[in-house]
Amino acid sequence: MSLATFLQHCLTGISLGGAYALIAIGYTMVYGILRLINFAHGDLFMIAGYLMIFTLADFPWYIAIPIVLIGTVVIGIVIERLAYKPLRSAPRMSIMISAIGVSLLLQNLATYLFTALPRGYPEIPYLKRIFQFGTLSASFVTFLTPILTMVLVFLMVMMINKTKIGMAMRAVSKDYETAEIMGIKINSVVSFTFAIGSLLAAIGSILYFTDRMSVNPFSGSLPGLKCFVAAVLGGIGSIPGAMIGGFILGIGETFLVALGFSTFSDAFTFILLIVMLLVKPTGLFGEKATEKV
Amino acid sequence: MKKSTKTLFNIIAVSIILAILIFLEMNKRKFSYDISIIERSMIYAVAAVAMNLTNGFTGLFSLGQAGFMAIGAYTVALLTIPVEARAGVFYVTGMNEFLSKIELPFIPALLLGGLFAAILAGLIGIPVLRLKSDYLAIATLGFSEIIRSIIASPQLNMITNGSYGLKKIPRFSSIFVPIALCCLCILIIVLLINSSYGRAFKAIREDETAAEAMGINLFKHKLTSFMISSFFTGVAGGLLASYMGTIDSGTFKITLTYDILLIVVLGGMGSVTGSILGSFLVTAGREWLRFFDQPLKVGNWQVPLFRTGFRMVVFSVLLMVVVLFYSKGLMGSKEFSWEGLVRFFKNLFTRKQKLNGGVSNGK
Repeated sequence: MSLATFLQHCLTGISLGGAYALIAIGYTMVYGILRLINFAHGDLFMIAGYLMIFTLADFPWYIAIPIVLIGTVVIGIVIERLAYKPLRSAPRMSIMISAIGVSLLLQNLATYLFTALPRGYPEIPYLKRIFQFGTLSASFVTFLTPILTMVLVFLMVMMINKTKIGMAMRAVSKDYETAEIMGIKINSVVSFTFAIGSLLAAIGSILYFTDRMSVNPFSGSLPGLKCFVAAVLGGIGSIPGAMIGGFILGIGETFLVALGFSTFSDAFTFILLIVMLLVKPTGLFGEKATEKV
Repeated sequence: MKKSTKTLFNIIAVSIILAILIFLEMNKRKFSYDISIIERSMIYAVAAVAMNLTNGFTGLFSLGQAGFMAIGAYTVALLTIPVEARAGVFYVTGMNEFLSKIELPFIPALLLGGLFAAILAGLIGIPVLRLKSDYLAIATLGFSEIIRSIIASPQLNMITNGSYGLKKIPRFSSIFVPIALCCLCILIIVLLINSSYGRAFKAIREDETAAEAMGINLFKHKLTSFMISSFFTGVAGGLLASYMGTIDSGTFKITLTYDILLIVVLGGMGSVTGSILGSFLVTAGREWLRFFDQPLKVGNWQVPLFRTGFRMVVFSVLLMVVVLFYSKGLMGSKEFSWEGLVRFFKNLFTRKQKLNGGVSNGK
């Protein structure tokens, strides 16, 4: 492998990792607050892909993108209100099963409405413009993804640490009941968390699918699982951790494909997960959780 | 209800079931469709009861069913496909020299399949079960994807025949073979649940800290429950291979796990009879609901929505409704009993009376 191809793969890997990171943040935030593995998050990402296909058919990209972002956020909040809120006091397993149910429903609904055949993802010419650096060439989106990811992560961290709603989120994730007693409106905090998660999933979806060029009803499920692994890898609950985890997965996977082990690239993710759980279960940046009795 | 009447009822129920089975067996050709539904339901029931052992009785959330079933199914298939048929099955690359000579009868192959599944479950369980139970869900889900991608990978063409799948797996000789095996598996799980181990599992489900304080070794019991459950899931996979006759990696997608989860949730977490009931309802329901996939016309009016894929939408909505509104499922954590059945009909009757303006008995 020459230096040029190596750098080329690095670039692709970082770009893929950036999209993973954006989805992983959604997982990590929801898990931090509700202790729920939101299995439907990956499918929300797929729905955002379909939304983009349909809006971009009628509108120019600068109107379509805000519509997709808002639409995904609304769907995310509706899912939370309908499927998770009624189960707030139910056993944790019920909420997890509800999440699986939503995931199944979104997949089947997409299969029913848009058929199982992959649909071409529209090109935004602005994002697909090719840039050339010496021997390296890549589209604009490849450069945009990691930069945008880092900017968004920075904004997220600022929000969590400096703003009032961020403080409320931290309080809820530390102790649910005490936070409620202190007058924090749990429901609005949870909805806000889902809104942010969905927004990032929508942005991730635009960046991811622009490179992949097609969407099918199941194209969200595996990336969704991988992004959860990325979140665990970085330490669940930690936003910078989710970003690092996303980059590790993206780069690792790209290199496995480049070396000809494409069938094992999915397996790699989960082997990484099991190794990580064995060595450092709290993840790279996770806090040590103390069991409360 | 007296014990002798209960025994009488049990004997009557068993003989009715046996009579139906004998009748179906004698008219095999005519009822092949019904027989296949019954066999599939029973096999799913084993997988569901096994899932219930971890998820319902021990409170661990495992989602690796499809993977463990794949291991059982491939083990049984590879060991029971007749030696002379193997060249035809592995027509692309040929079969591994060493493997191609081994042929086992069905039952030992089935046990071996279960054993492999249990060993792999142990390998995942040892690191993961020491942690919070959430990680088990994601690790097992990931594991079942790994198994699927490994089975389908071209590097293993000599062993698993890659993405071409396996064919010519010997089928059941009669309906009694799968039914008897399934009943045996479920019986063993029920005996386990009613043993001291089972009580420890339930204690862990209710409160881990309290259970530990009572001297239950959490890790050991969780691992035992998870491995035994995986053993029977593997056996169910082996039965499924023999039932289907043809398997490939696509058979064991995540959807298979979700199907079994739906059965367990519908039947009630923590109820063996619920899982069996759920398994029959879901498997048969899937067939009955087929009309959702066909265009429907009432008179001249074309009913909207009815087209391919609608059945699965209805199915997933059903799962959501059960989870949100009937979170206990059909049976909750109760088991079937004749008294329960009588009470159910009595309640039905009295409620009707009340609705008709009958005198309520002051409750």
